[in-house]
Amino acid sequence: MGALGKPIILMVAMYMFLKFVLPNIPGSAPLPSSLIALYLLLTGSGIVIFETLSKESKDAFWSPIQRFLTGEKMGGLQALRYGVLIFFPLLVGWQTYGSTAVSDMPPTESRTIHPAPPGEYTGLSNPVPKTPENIMQGKGFYAAYCSPCHGGNFDGKGPAARGFIPAPANFADPTTIAMLQESYLFWRIKKGGVGLPIEGAPWKSAMPRWEVELPDEWIWKIIMGEYDGAHQSPRTWE
Amino acid sequence: MSAIQQGVKTIQRALPAVNGHRAWLAGLLLAAGWLALPSMGIAAEGTGAGPTEYRDVPYIGSRTLVWIVAQLHLLLAGFVLGVPIFAWLCEVIAWRGGEKRYDKLAKEFTKLLTSAYATTALFGGILLFLLVAFYPKLMNYLTDVFFPSFLLYCFLFLLETVTLYLYWYGWDAMQEGRKKSLHVFLGFLLNFFALFIMIVPNAWATFQASPVVIAEGTAFERAWAATWNPTWWPINIHRLIANVVLGGYICGAYAGVRYLSVKNAEDREHYDWMGYVGNFIGVFGLLALPFAGYWLMREIYQYNQQMGITLMGGFLSWLFILQAMLIGVLFLGSNYYFWLGITYRIPGSESKYRKAMLMMLVSLLLCLAVWMTPHSLVASIEEAQKMGGAHHPLLGVLGVMSAKMTVSNLMILITFMSFVMYWRAGKRDTAGWAAFGKAVMGAILVLASIAVIVLGVWGYFVPAIVRINYFSTSQVLIVIFVILTITPLTALLLKSAKTTTEMVWGSMPPRAGYSLVLNAVMVILLMTLMGYARSSSRVHWHVYGVMRDTSPYAYSPALGSASLIMAFCTFFFCILVAFIFWVATMGDKYKTAASAGKGELPHGIPAMAGGAPNKGQQE
Repeated sequence: MGALGKPIILMVAMYMFLKFVLPNIPGSAPLPSSLIALYLLLTGSGIVIFETLSKESKDAFWSPIQRFLTGEKMGGLQALRYGVLIFFPLLVGWQTYGSTAVSDMPPTESRTIHPAPPGEYTGLSNPVPKTPENIMQGKGFYAAYCSPCHGGNFDGKGPAARGFIPAPANFADPTTIAMLQESYLFWRIKKGGVGLPIEGAPWKSAMPRWEVELPDEWIWKIIMGEYDGAHQSPRTWE
Repeated sequence: MSAIQQGVKTIQRALPAVNGHRAWLAGLLLAAGWLALPSMGIAAEGTGAGPTEYRDVPYIGSRTLVWIVAQLHLLLAGFVLGVPIFAWLCEVIAWRGGEKRYDKLAKEFTKLLTSAYATTALFGGILLFLLVAFYPKLMNYLTDVFFPSFLLYCFLFLLETVTLYLYWYGWDAMQEGRKKSLHVFLGFLLNFFALFIMIVPNAWATFQASPVVIAEGTAFERAWAATWNPTWWPINIHRLIANVVLGGYICGAYAGVRYLSVKNAEDREHYDWMGYVGNFIGVFGLLALPFAGYWLMREIYQYNQQMGITLMGGFLSWLFILQAMLIGVLFLGSNYYFWLGITYRIPGSESKYRKAMLMMLVSLLLCLAVWMTPHSLVASIEEAQKMGGAHHPLLGVLGVMSAKMTVSNLMILITFMSFVMYWRAGKRDTAGWAAFGKAVMGAILVLASIAVIVLGVWGYFVPAIVRINYFSTSQVLIVIFVILTITPLTALLLKSAKTTTEMVWGSMPPRAGYSLVLNAVMVILLMTLMGYARSSSRVHWHVYGVMRDTSPYAYSPALGSASLIMAFCTFFFCILVAFIFWVATMGDKYKTAASAGKGELPHGIPAMAGGAPNKGQQE
C-alpha cells in the first residue's frame, strides 16, 4: 500500500482543510457538502492524472488497488479486505437510501441569485440627475427605509438583518449591485419579493414592495445613494 | 369556450320560464344535439380563426424532435465545416514543408467529407421539413424576412458541392506542380464557401435571439438589416473556432480508436502521430475559444439585460458551471495527452519534466476549482443558515466573471506552456543566446501571469464597464502577446538545437487513446449544452420580443430533462460519426485484405491454368 499512502494522506488532508480550517478563517463560514465534494473530486482527479503519467508511477499506484481487488498477496490483510468489500457497498447503499428516502427536511436548494427582470424594466435609465443634493437625499431615504435591514454601512448588517435567511444583500460586496444595472435595482425595490418572477422559484425574499409607499423618483434617488454609499458603480455599457 | 358558456347561461335563464315543460324540452335538446353531431367536424374546420400555427407529434413532442434534429444537424455541420479547415491546413503544411504524411492525413479526412456532407444535408432537409410542418407561422415570418438569403444559401450550397467534388475526386490527379497549387486553391475555396454556408443560417438563428426588424425597404434591405443583428458576428466567430476545435478533437478521437485497435507497428506510428496532430489542432482552437465566448456573452448582455441575466445569473446560470466542468476536463485531457507524449514518446524526458508537470497540474486544478465555484451554492437549509444564505462569505467572490476570466486566461497560458514543453523536450540548445532567450521567455511568462492576476483582482474594485471593456480585454491581449512572443522565440531557439532523443511514435499507452476519445466527447457535450443555453435564453419567444411562442411548449424544460436530451444527442452524434468513419474506410479495409490476399496467394490457392494469379482482383 506504500504508493497509495501519499494520495490517501493528501485526500484526507484536503478534506480536513476544507471541513475544519477554511471555515475558521476570519470572515469565512462552513462550506456546503456540494462544494467540498467538488474540490475533493478535483483533488482525486489530479492524483489519478499525476500517478498515471508514466508506466512506473502508474504501476506503483495501480498495483496495490489491483492486489486489493483480486486478493493476491494480501497476507494478513485479507480480513481487512473482506471488511472493506462488505462495508463499502453498505456505506454506498446507506448513502443512497439517505439521499432518496422520504424526509421531513426541505430539499437542497439551488437558488438563483439574480432573477431575470421583466422586459419593461430592462431599458430604463435613471431619470434623476446625478447631483450631490440628489445623492444626499437618496442616502437620507435609504437611512429611513432600507438601512434597518441593509445596514447603515450598506453592508447588509442592519439591526433587523439577523432575522432573515438569506441575509439582506451586502451592497459593499463587489459581487452584488456592482454587477447590475440601475434599472434592475429599480425593479427589485419597486416590486420587492412578491414581484419576483416564477422562474427559479422558490424565491426567498422579504424585500417589501416599495411601490406602494415610495414614488418612483425617491426609488431612483435611493439607488444613487446606495451606489455612492457602498462605493460601487452600476453596470453600464458606455 | 366563452360562446358555449354564454349559451349555457342563456338556457339556464330560460329554464324557469318553461318550468312545467322540462322533460320534453330536455328530450328535444338531446334529439337536436344528436342530429347536430355530424356537423361538429365541419364546424371545427370552419371556425378556425386563421391558418394553423403549430402541429405536434405524439409521445416525443414537436419541440423535442426539432431540438434533437437541429442539434444533430448543427454538430454534423460543425464537423463538415471543421474538417475541411483541418484537412486544408494539413495539405498546406505538406505542400510547403514537403512532409507527405500530412498530405495523406488531409486526404484521409477529406474522404470522410463526402459521406459526412450528405448526412449533414440529410439532417438539414429533415430539420427544414419538421420546422415547416410544426411551426408554419414562424417559418412564414422568417421566410418573409430572410427570403433573399434563402436563395443565396441554395446558391452557396451548389458552389460548395461542386468545389467539394473537385477537391476530393481531383486529389490524386492534382498532385504535382501547378496542379497542386490549383488543388490547394480549391481547398481554400471549399473553406471560403463553407464559411458563408455557416454564417448565412447563423443570421437566421441569431435574428431569433436579437432581432433587428425594419418595416420599410426592399426585401433585400430588410433581410440585410435582420442579418446584421448584434449577435451575428460573435456567433460566427465563436462557431468558426468551435468547428476547428471539433474537427481537431474528432480527428484525435478517430486516431485514438484506430490506435487502440491496430496490430502492426507502422499503423501504430501513423495513428499515434495523427492523434497528436488532432489534439494539437483542437488545443490550438481551444486557446481562442473562451475569448470568443466571452465576446458573445457580452454582446447578448448588452443587447438585452433580461436575456443576459437569464443566461448568466438566472435559471440558466447553472449551465455555466456544467460548462466549466466540461471545459476543465477538456483542458486536463489535452494537457494530459501532451504530458503522456513527453513521457512515452521522448524516452528519458519524464524525470526532467515531472516536477514541471506537477506544478502545471496543480495550477490547472486550482484554476479549475475557481472556475467551477458557483456564485450561489447548492446547500441544504442548515448549510445555508451557517453561511447566511446561498452565497459563501469568503468563496463567493470566486463566483463572478472577474475570477472566471482570470483563471480561464491562466489555463490557456498553462496549456500553451505544456505544448512548448513538449516541443522542447528531447532537444539541447546550442545557440549562444539560449540562456538569455530562456530567461526572457521565463520573465515574459511570469510577468504576464502576474499581470493577468492583478487585473483580475483589480476588476472587483472598478466599475463593470471598465472591467469588461479594458481589464478583460487586456488580459486576453496579454495572453496573445505571450503566445506570439514565446512561439517564435522557441522556434528560433530550436532551429539550432540538437536532438538528444528522437521522437518515438507508436509508443503511447492505451490511456492516451482513451483521453483523445474523452476530449472529443467533451467537445460534443459542450456544444449540445451551449446550444441549449443559447436557444433557451429566448425563453417564451420564437423571435425575442417580436413573436411569442404560444404553443404548449412555451415553457423552458427543467435542466435535468434538458441534460437527458443533450446526452442523447451526444451519444447519437458519436454513433453517426462512427458510422461515417466505418463507411468511408470500408473500401480501404477491403483493399488491405485484397492486397494481403495477393501476397499470400502463391502459398495458398494455385493460380488457375492460363490465368494470372491476380486476375479478377481489384486494385
